[in-house]
Amino acid sequence: MELFLQTLVNGTLIGGLYAIIGIGMTLIMGVMGIINLAHGQIMMIAMYITWVLWQFLGIDPLLSLFISIPLVYVLGDLMARYLLYPLMEKESILPENQVLMTVGIGMVLVELARTIFTSDYRSVQTSYSDIVWRLGHISLSVPVVIDFFIAIAFTGAMFWFLIKTDIGRSIRATAQDKEAAILMGVSAKKITILTFALGSSLTAAAGTLFLPIYYLYPDVGPIFTLKAFVITILGGLGSTVGAIAGGLVLGIAETFGATYISMGYRDAFGLIIFLLVLIFMPGGLKSLTKV
Amino acid sequence: MSIITLDNVTKNFGGLTAVDHVSFEVQEGEIFGLIGPNGSGKTTTFNLINHYFQVSSGKIIFKGQEITDKKTFEIARLGVGRTFQVVKPLKRLTVEDNIVAASFARESSFNGARNVAREMISFCHLEEVAHQKAGGLPIAGRKRLEIARALATRPSLLLLDETAAGLNPSELDEAIDIIKNIRSKLGITIVIVEHIMKVIMSISDRIHAIAHGATIAEGSPAEVAKNPTVIEAYLGSDYNMERFLNA
Amino acid sequence: MTTEQTNKNPLIAKNEWFIILAAVVLPFIFHFSPYIQGLLIFIMIWTVLGSSWNLLAGFTGLVSFGHAAYFGVGAYVGGLLYFHFHISPWWGLLLGGPVAVLFGYLLGLMVFRLRGPYFALGTLASAEILRIVFGQEEWLTNGHNGILYITTWVSKYPYYFVGLAIALGSVLTIKLVMRSKAGFYFLSIREDEDAAEALGIDTKLYKNIATIISTFWAGTAGAFYMIYMGFIDPEVVFALHNISIITILVGIIGGVGTIWGPTVGAVIMVLVQELFRSAFFDLAPSWVSRMHELAFGLLVIFVILYLAGGVVGDWDIIRKRLHFKRAEIKE
Repeated sequence: MELFLQTLVNGTLIGGLYAIIGIGMTLIMGVMGIINLAHGQIMMIAMYITWVLWQFLGIDPLLSLFISIPLVYVLGDLMARYLLYPLMEKESILPENQVLMTVGIGMVLVELARTIFTSDYRSVQTSYSDIVWRLGHISLSVPVVIDFFIAIAFTGAMFWFLIKTDIGRSIRATAQDKEAAILMGVSAKKITILTFALGSSLTAAAGTLFLPIYYLYPDVGPIFTLKAFVITILGGLGSTVGAIAGGLVLGIAETFGATYISMGYRDAFGLIIFLLVLIFMPGGLKSLTKV
Repeated sequence: MSIITLDNVTKNFGGLTAVDHVSFEVQEGEIFGLIGPNGSGKTTTFNLINHYFQVSSGKIIFKGQEITDKKTFEIARLGVGRTFQVVKPLKRLTVEDNIVAASFARESSFNGARNVAREMISFCHLEEVAHQKAGGLPIAGRKRLEIARALATRPSLLLLDETAAGLNPSELDEAIDIIKNIRSKLGITIVIVEHIMKVIMSISDRIHAIAHGATIAEGSPAEVAKNPTVIEAYLGSDYNMERFLNA
Repeated sequence: MTTEQTNKNPLIAKNEWFIILAAVVLPFIFHFSPYIQGLLIFIMIWTVLGSSWNLLAGFTGLVSFGHAAYFGVGAYVGGLLYFHFHISPWWGLLLGGPVAVLFGYLLGLMVFRLRGPYFALGTLASAEILRIVFGQEEWLTNGHNGILYITTWVSKYPYYFVGLAIALGSVLTIKLVMRSKAGFYFLSIREDEDAAEALGIDTKLYKNIATIISTFWAGTAGAFYMIYMGFIDPEVVFALHNISIITILVGIIGGVGTIWGPTVGAVIMVLVQELFRSAFFDLAPSWVSRMHELAFGLLVIFVILYLAGGVVGDWDIIRKRLHFKRAEIKE
């Protein structure tokens, strides 16, 4: 029972962080209609920014959120503006051209990181990295708990932005019905670029928060790209609430699978759930609420 | 002899009945017009005949064989060709290659298919654009490509869905000629859905009118045009009144 | 392929038979160093993989992000026969293709229900699941220790010719298919599935036919890789980036939906990476060698932005540019 509760808590905490990666992806997939195969790699860039700030300037990862997020926002803006958006108007054999572009972008980001930082493993050790709180028999790693609450704060802020502001409403409208939104006077270009930059900066936040918990190396990205897909499909494409649910489900499924079935299959559980959802419940968790 | 028979065909989408117990019988060699205001269920009827949608109840019989539950491609192979209201060219293939692809329905060799394709190209006056990419054709060309492609599958029944919409008057006359030739020269029976009354009244042998998915009249063009229910159905909608009076 | 497209493909079409002849005869005339032979063999493997992917994605419109699944299964057929029964992995070369086809068919049962980005994600996830399973089930696959086999020949020449035969086999079967009814049906499905059905095309059947041909060659490529390298492990043969993604990029660089595109893409990919890896044969500073994948990635971005048809597909554009420049210089 203790193990069960401990696993549940660990899964939920990780799930909170997965949720913000998923929200970033679901916005991009919903608005742009593409899958972003560079999502985890963009997160990796944020992790290196955080690492450099900590290693050379001694800045705490929590503070470097204020630097990594804006930097990645600008990066996302530039990528969307000069690499992805121009493809929207081009005729090509494969409709997946933008997806393939994200593959190219992801590859370049990874290799840039490898060229600059080599393939060595890096990590950040903060003063509170190893502190553990005990609640009865359950132990809580302090950095994970802090990250979880920051992730919730980001999620809340994102909701406020999407629901209360005009730009946020345009993004939601575009995600739901692109053509209608364009007819209503929403600028497709502006919204596309904004969404990609926002989605990227959300995943940047996740990257910065993950750093005290995970090792960092140039190839850390793809596995998170996959997780982002799993979350997005699990939650239902374009649904931000779904992404939160998807993030939690994935976090919990992974930790339970790793604890009770096999550590080596940890990354496979998400993928298997993903395939099953994709095939048998194409609307994701979102579709359950609409019955 | 009847070539296709619809027997009490009904289609429900959720609570909405798009086609409501429609029955008609088309004789071999006929040009049979299907008319009705916007959203009355004409295109849906076509989509039921070639099974883009599953019929909710009723039967469809083609040449004595029930095709209600057959798959789209099987129905095409049995000899039902169709064009689409919203044209669907294979955009990045040339016009000729579009038609070659269709010709393979009856031909197994490339040369055989290409010969059929060239025949249909000249039948539909597409010679000048034969080697252009289909995606770049103007609307009149695309409409003719739809017809040529459907003909290349060597159908015995052709469903034409608004092939005249969006054409200018001279293109319209050309289209009417092509449609008439399909029957006179190729001996193919035609069911035609058309908004432009000038076209449908001048070429149809018989007309079947529907509104809100249900049959309201059937008879010769002259009879249907005089039918008060038909006139009311059309006058009820401003959009079509103008066109109806132009006819 | 179609009357238009193949004949108008000026980069290769005219020189097709000449290039094939050169590939067969040149090794007898010149003595290629083992290093060059090695590069050529990798070009062959990538040609097969790229062509296999291109048939499915470029010609039929089914963009697979998981071609490593078939490559890996093909490689493991020979590997497992050797590991468990000490049967020569050369049998894998015969069986790798058919077993990959079987896998492809089973995966197809699941992923063919999916369209567009969902199909891409479904194939990607399938390949990743296989990678993890093959890494975990040690009783079956020896897990991450991989399978080692002492290769048959020390010389690379025999492998060169086996590789060449497989590469030619894949390109020429695809060329043949694309000139037939099936080829036109693949293109129709790519362009508009609904219209294809209305033309009497059994889209499900023809998608399966495309998958069978594609997975057969991907599996055969994997089996050849096993025989040639003498070592496989799940992280290598089921790799998401190094197999599935690079396969796609080879297709894009060369030209999606062209017969010879993947061949040209394979040549470019191997050469660009090798030029950088060797730091331009040690002429450039050594840090350049770390940038070999970076250079290829940048090339991919450039091609997608400016040559959407790839080098073969947009050869006319490239040639005009080159001619234009040459004319300028003369003046």
